Amino acid sequence: MTLSMNTPEFLVERNLDRCIKCQVCVGQCANEVHKYDKETDSLSCEDLACVGCHRCVTLCPTHALTIKKFPLEFRTNANWTPSTINAIYKQAESGGILLTGMGNDKPYPIYWDHLLLNASQVTNPSIDPLREPMEVKTYLGRKPDKLDFSDGELLTEIAPQVELELPIMFSAMSFGSISLNAVKSLAAAAKEVGTMFNTGEGGLHQDLYSYGDNAIVQVASGRFGVHSQYLEAGTAIEIKIGQGAKPGIGGHLPGEKVGREVSETRMIPEGSDALSPAPHHDIYSIEDLRQLIYSLKEATRYKKPVAVKIAAVHNVAAIASGIARAGADIITIDGFRGGTGATPLRTRDNVGIPIELALAAVDSRLRNESIRHQVSLVVAGSLRNSADVMKAIALGADAVYIASSALLALGCHMCQKCYTGKCNWGIATQDPNLVKRLNPEIGAQRAANLLRAWKHEIKEMLGGMGINAIESLRGNRLMLRGVGLSDRDLEILGVKAAGE
Amino acid sequence: MQYVIVGNSAAAIGAVESIRNYDTENPILVISDEPYHTYSRPLISYYLTGLRDEESIMYRPKNFYDRYKVETMLGRRVEAVVTEKKQLKLDNQEIISYNKLLIATGGKPFLPPIEGATGPDIYNFIKLDDAKDLKEVAQPGKSAVVIGGGLIGLKVAEGLLKNEVAVTVVDLAPQLLNSILDAAGAGIVKKCLEKKGMEFHLGTTAKTIQNFGERKIVGLADGKEVVADFVVVAVGVVPNKHLVEDTDIKVNRGIVTDHAMGTSVEGIFAAGDVAENYDVLFGQNRVIPILPNAYEQGQVAGANMAGQKSVYPGGFAKNAIGFFGLSMVTAGITTAPDETFQEYSSQPTEDRYLKVVIKEGKLVGFVRINAVDRSGILTGLLMQQKDVTDLIPQLISEEIGLIDLPQDLRKARLKGDAVQ
Amino acid sequence: MKKIYAQEKYCIGCRLCEVYCSAVHSEYPNDLVKAFNRSKIVPTPRVKVEEDRPLSFAMQCRHCDEPHCLKACITGAMYRDEESGAILNDAERCVGCWTCIVACPYGGIFRDESKSKVVAKCDYCLDQGDPACVKNCPNGALKIEEGGE
Repeated sequence: MTLSMNTPEFLVERNLDRCIKCQVCVGQCANEVHKYDKETDSLSCEDLACVGCHRCVTLCPTHALTIKKFPLEFRTNANWTPSTINAIYKQAESGGILLTGMGNDKPYPIYWDHLLLNASQVTNPSIDPLREPMEVKTYLGRKPDKLDFSDGELLTEIAPQVELELPIMFSAMSFGSISLNAVKSLAAAAKEVGTMFNTGEGGLHQDLYSYGDNAIVQVASGRFGVHSQYLEAGTAIEIKIGQGAKPGIGGHLPGEKVGREVSETRMIPEGSDALSPAPHHDIYSIEDLRQLIYSLKEATRYKKPVAVKIAAVHNVAAIASGIARAGADIITIDGFRGGTGATPLRTRDNVGIPIELALAAVDSRLRNESIRHQVSLVVAGSLRNSADVMKAIALGADAVYIASSALLALGCHMCQKCYTGKCNWGIATQDPNLVKRLNPEIGAQRAANLLRAWKHEIKEMLGGMGINAIESLRGNRLMLRGVGLSDRDLEILGVKAAGE
Repeated sequence: MQYVIVGNSAAAIGAVESIRNYDTENPILVISDEPYHTYSRPLISYYLTGLRDEESIMYRPKNFYDRYKVETMLGRRVEAVVTEKKQLKLDNQEIISYNKLLIATGGKPFLPPIEGATGPDIYNFIKLDDAKDLKEVAQPGKSAVVIGGGLIGLKVAEGLLKNEVAVTVVDLAPQLLNSILDAAGAGIVKKCLEKKGMEFHLGTTAKTIQNFGERKIVGLADGKEVVADFVVVAVGVVPNKHLVEDTDIKVNRGIVTDHAMGTSVEGIFAAGDVAENYDVLFGQNRVIPILPNAYEQGQVAGANMAGQKSVYPGGFAKNAIGFFGLSMVTAGITTAPDETFQEYSSQPTEDRYLKVVIKEGKLVGFVRINAVDRSGILTGLLMQQKDVTDLIPQLISEEIGLIDLPQDLRKARLKGDAVQ
Repeated sequence: MKKIYAQEKYCIGCRLCEVYCSAVHSEYPNDLVKAFNRSKIVPTPRVKVEEDRPLSFAMQCRHCDEPHCLKACITGAMYRDEESGAILNDAERCVGCWTCIVACPYGGIFRDESKSKVVAKCDYCLDQGDPACVKNCPNGALKIEEGGE
């Protein structure tokens, strides 16, 4: 073997005054960073293997461990940064595509952080959500052009709707990319709080059929795990065209993650790679998409809304318009910060557009075309807190999807090594030793707590605006002001500058 | 209604505690020829070495009899039981009536046919009084011959050695601890004791004990003679069944008992070292003179005396013993009696040896020297008589765990299902 | 009565139960660092993690209704605590003969390495509130309840 130029990213420090040599760290690190030497009765660390997931730090009962950035300085160079240099070392060694996990971590502008919410002062009263009713219930699906009544009875037939107790759902994550315990956690949390989880392209595991009322089942280019019972099981069906972390690329699940249960759920041989084609090979046009949408509606007797998910790309507004006209009931747009279990690094970091701009553009376009009511808009791609959710709804979203936030609630530490299958937190792994680290009862509690907490916060902020229903915030861009944005940005976002 | 218990050791205590689970009212009378509060017989060896005093070998706390509402007649010997009249005759001619009687008189020393085997400076080692007597004479610099290389013989020998008495052990068997250990295991014990200075004459027996001035000469069958200051006869125990002689209570080696620990006479029960009951491994009735069995038999007897339907499932020998830091556990059959049994063992080292005996795929005995930890898991397998063919390598490893059991057994153990 | 049950499917084999069990039974029940670094011999944990990956579980005394150890105890050191129903060992009376160890089919009694000739077994941390193993299991794999899994 020739010399490797890889250097550690992290430095693991052990406080020997505190260490009790219990070796919990040794057993907990799937990357085998910590080692115990019986002969010398001492512990050592292999910094190079550390991914910075903090599993050892969190479980160390005496807080004897610290993880720091490895203090290795290159000569300062604004162009050739350490990460660019190291990427070249890696590729020179491997000859392969650089892989990564989770969402784009580059310092592109985060528009959420340049948008500010309004509040009532004097001229209209704010509302105290602890004292007065506050409605955040949300319905997703096609809304009628108008309502006809006769003697007070509604005559108009309402298309099927997805009913949510709050406008936040768990975004698509397949069983395969994440562990069954992670999916179970999200499914149970969704049920508890009254929202939806999304199967991703992983099918619906037998154990999860009881959560069908809280499931959106996905149909993607690989058609993995799709059968009539599966389509019937969910509350809505989502056709996945693309995702924000890898627009234009299909999901790839390596064979080693396809164990017995994944294989049964996806209906593919055990150990075989699950490679989703980049496009749906039966969809090369809006007309083709319409065929699939109606095939699925037909298959489920028009009882379930059909959603179409796309990545936020340059022409997103025109594409969304086409999707609406193709008959979709819900359009999901995934921004360029959306997460994933595995994606080529360069694609993740350089393809797509911010969700804030995409959302504003799509909402405006559909309104201008008078077809906004025909579809619900759901946005994804890094909703980090309840304020981001508020801003998304004010920009025009009906609801949002969260995934990274949900996984953080389950214990994810954003080490971005999902693709290795060695997730020490039992989330992005199929290794039975690691999967059981996530107790779905605990996971469900934590994920449900997160939703409850955000719901409280949303009510607080709505009350502050003097609004008592989320419906009144939807597309209400007057509730937003931009700071530090160019006129062009403000124009696309359709919001005024702060002070205006 | 009067419960009478003759005896005041483990079986008796087991019976008292059990009776009081079901009957808190009716009187219980405990009669024993020993004048002491209930004490643990195995602890007399700790008394001899000085690790425990008379106070701290008590088997139950001082307030035991009060708490369990027990009348006692301690230091009183029962001479006879008159079954027709449901009466006991005491050594002071007093007559005691009973409704339910438990005979738990334990064992007495087996006295082999040795010329001159009684008299001064010849001791046994069964009771506290024996230990007290021995403690008196076990002065540093003295010497002793211990006749018997079994459990009691070796415990007394160890105790004497710790009192700086020079000890020679004589046993008819070619190995020590014949009843509980195989030859390889016994070899390890012997080496350990030899290192501490104990001497042995094995495969021979004492024929005569003669006075030699202040001292004793023990003449052996092989013609050798050993001179010592005193002699301990510790060849073994036999059921102390004088009480039932000349009655219609059926006696074999011990008092014959059924699944309820009842004797052949209704209302009379027997438990402990005086009783014989089913040995599940040997498949026949035997006396198994060990404390755990005595207590459990007493418990079953007590429940049945109080009108319950309690069943003694039978027992088997299990022992935990140690000599000078060499600790071992053994259970069941430790040497294959014939070719229908298979033996599997680790290579014996100076201080470590693990062995199992298997019959028809089932565990029937084991030896673990200096590998005591978690040995009860083997005991459980022995009790349940499940097939262990696939587990043999684990059974003779030091690291035995529940994880080595088949899934159904493991789950049952974790759940805490009773093991019988 | 209540028992501590190990859920195999959630036991991650981290052995923190053993760590905390040792500590609460040491001279420094509330200080892990001192318990491990200042004790001459760290007390033997009364809970044992068994592991054969991916299977693992933590096992301690089952506090049986018909305890074999109690019947087998030659000294009377093993007793049932009347208030809690727990099977406890009186270290003062225990002589470390190990008869209870060979009697317990669950393997729930251990030699206490920190003391000479005394057994160590789960005492439910009766003087500490909830058992330390249950309290400190990071994955909720140990539960104290009536008749669990």
